[in-house]
Amino acid sequence: MKAIDLFLSPLSAAGRWLGAVLLVVLLLLPYWGSSYVMTVATTVFYLALVGQSWNLMLGFAGLLSIGHALFVGVGAYASAYLFSAIGLPPAIGVVPAVALAVLIGLLIGYLGFRFAIGGVYFALLTIAFAEFVRIVVDHVPWLGATEGFFLKVSAADRHGIDLANLRGAPEMYYYLIMALALGALVLCRYLLRSRLGYYWQAIRDDPEAAEALGINLLRYRMYAVAISSGMAGVAGVFYAFYQNSLFPEIVFNIERSIEATLGSIVGGVGTLFGPIFGTFILTPLGEFVTEGIDLLKHWRVIDPETKLDGLKLLVWSFIVVLIVLFKPTGLWPWVCHRLRLTRPGAEG
Amino acid sequence: MVPLLRVEGVSKSFRGLLALNDVSFDVVERGIAALIGPNGAGKTTLFNVIAGVFRPDRGAVRLGGADITGRRPDQICHAGIGRTFQLVKPFAQMTVLENVTVAALHGARSVAEAKAAARGFLELLELDTRAGQHAANLTLPDRKRLEVARALATGPRLLLLDEVMAGLRPSETDRMVATLRRLRDETGLTILLIEHVMRAVMALSERITVLHHGEKISEGAPERIVRDPAVLECYLGDQEP
Ligand SMILES: Nc1ncnc2c1ncn2[C@@H]1O[C@H](COP(=O)(O)OP(=O)(O)OP(=O)(O)O)[C@@H](O)[C@H]1O
Ligand SMILES: [Mg+2]
Repeated sequence: MKAIDLFLSPLSAAGRWLGAVLLVVLLLLPYWGSSYVMTVATTVFYLALVGQSWNLMLGFAGLLSIGHALFVGVGAYASAYLFSAIGLPPAIGVVPAVALAVLIGLLIGYLGFRFAIGGVYFALLTIAFAEFVRIVVDHVPWLGATEGFFLKVSAADRHGIDLANLRGAPEMYYYLIMALALGALVLCRYLLRSRLGYYWQAIRDDPEAAEALGINLLRYRMYAVAISSGMAGVAGVFYAFYQNSLFPEIVFNIERSIEATLGSIVGGVGTLFGPIFGTFILTPLGEFVTEGIDLLKHWRVIDPETKLDGLKLLVWSFIVVLIVLFKPTGLWPWVCHRLRLTRPGAEG
Repeated sequence: MVPLLRVEGVSKSFRGLLALNDVSFDVVERGIAALIGPNGAGKTTLFNVIAGVFRPDRGAVRLGGADITGRRPDQICHAGIGRTFQLVKPFAQMTVLENVTVAALHGARSVAEAKAAARGFLELLELDTRAGQHAANLTLPDRKRLEVARALATGPRLLLLDEVMAGLRPSETDRMVATLRRLRDETGLTILLIEHVMRAVMALSERITVLHHGEKISEGAPERIVRDPAVLECYLGDQEP
């Protein structure tokens, strides 16, 4: 109950109503949404989870990660491998998988923060490690190398609910990722209100002043990296068992890392709900663009042979440029203010 | 009696520039001491050496007899020294209350406890009406007050104040002086302040150390310092104090 209270307290009456209606709509989505809508909605919540993890690092603690796909990918490959090799169900495999993601995060954090004050080294290390791991996985035969790593699924697996093995109907995946994304939101809200959150924000705004107030910079930065990479690792486990196929070129692609940042940038870096809000705008929009192109090709308005794969990213990039130019703090604080979704003085 | 703070033969240079040259002085427990000198004399550098930002090339810093030379700033805070920054460093995206809460968390068991303590410090520094504002929106005098409130909220034995009264009106300066004096009397705080505002220096300090070009050129009671020819000369050669 306390968690729910913590969660609702900043919302105005209007905010609570809107939140409740949205929640009901999203909970009932499987009853009227087509399988296509379900796929998009599942992707939205998945990206919202990854986005929140990224936002925790930069928005809360001031640490820029541009290789977030690494933590997701490590969680995905580790859990998938353990499942295939020794039959470890992902419900248990999530523990070592997340531990490995956290460990790698801590290693990068230690190298980045121990020997240099500036956060630039950390940012560069995240991307360097992501690339490094991608190339390593590319060459490891027992992880499928470039040909990819596949999880066995039978037709029977696509029905029912087997949470321990992450096997079941599309609705199961949808509700699971929704619960994970909303769970992350509650966790973030709790953390932000705790000692940890206060220290992170202080470090984000001015590390030197934070240190003068007795805050051990290395320790609290490491906590941020650990929790963030852990959240990304959980998302990775979900990804592995939702997709059932992992390719280093896709999983560790820098595009995945950039994708992880866009929702937060559009919604508002450092806000609680911004990453989710931003993903809810960008992902359906990207789908709209992709579908629109397919339709135009179908109607022969444009030549079906034209390659327009990059268009979605182009549209996203354009939106991000607009946001950075005109609403640099993101859309969510502005929407909150406009629709009076939060009580005065409370943050979103 | 062992002094609370003892600076022993501290030297510090930046790429050949000798910012501090063999500086020694003491601050007694419950004392209020001032560090003065023309611009570029090395006052802030000395604070940074005491607070652990710079490790001195030579010399040592002792707090209550313990050698604290070369410790990290956060460890210096734990040892009992609170400091303000001459170039103010508010946590810009946090509210004024949150800024001070971060500091108060140092000695508090919970966020609620820290928040309550922070409100007390805001009141003390006349910032209570600004509690909900983002620190980025404060005026410079208010930012200076925020620096003091934050440093105090860590519960230090020794408070280092770097030009916190610059920009305050005379009446505000007097109130700040009264507040600091009361804090010393009531809580036993020891204060070392850098100040150009002589009104405040004369009203507060029991002992003054004068730095010039990184060297200590004079030291003693305020009445003696203002008549010391060496001090007058270094200020005349520069601008008005
Ligand atoms: N981080 C640094 N790197 C290089 N030089 C520095 C650094 N900090 C201070 N200095 C130099 O050391 C000298 C002393 O500077 P300091 O800031 O200690 O003077 P100050 O007495 O505080 O002056 P003011 O009254 O203007 O604040 C100056 O010449 C300054 O340029
Ligand atoms: Mg100075």
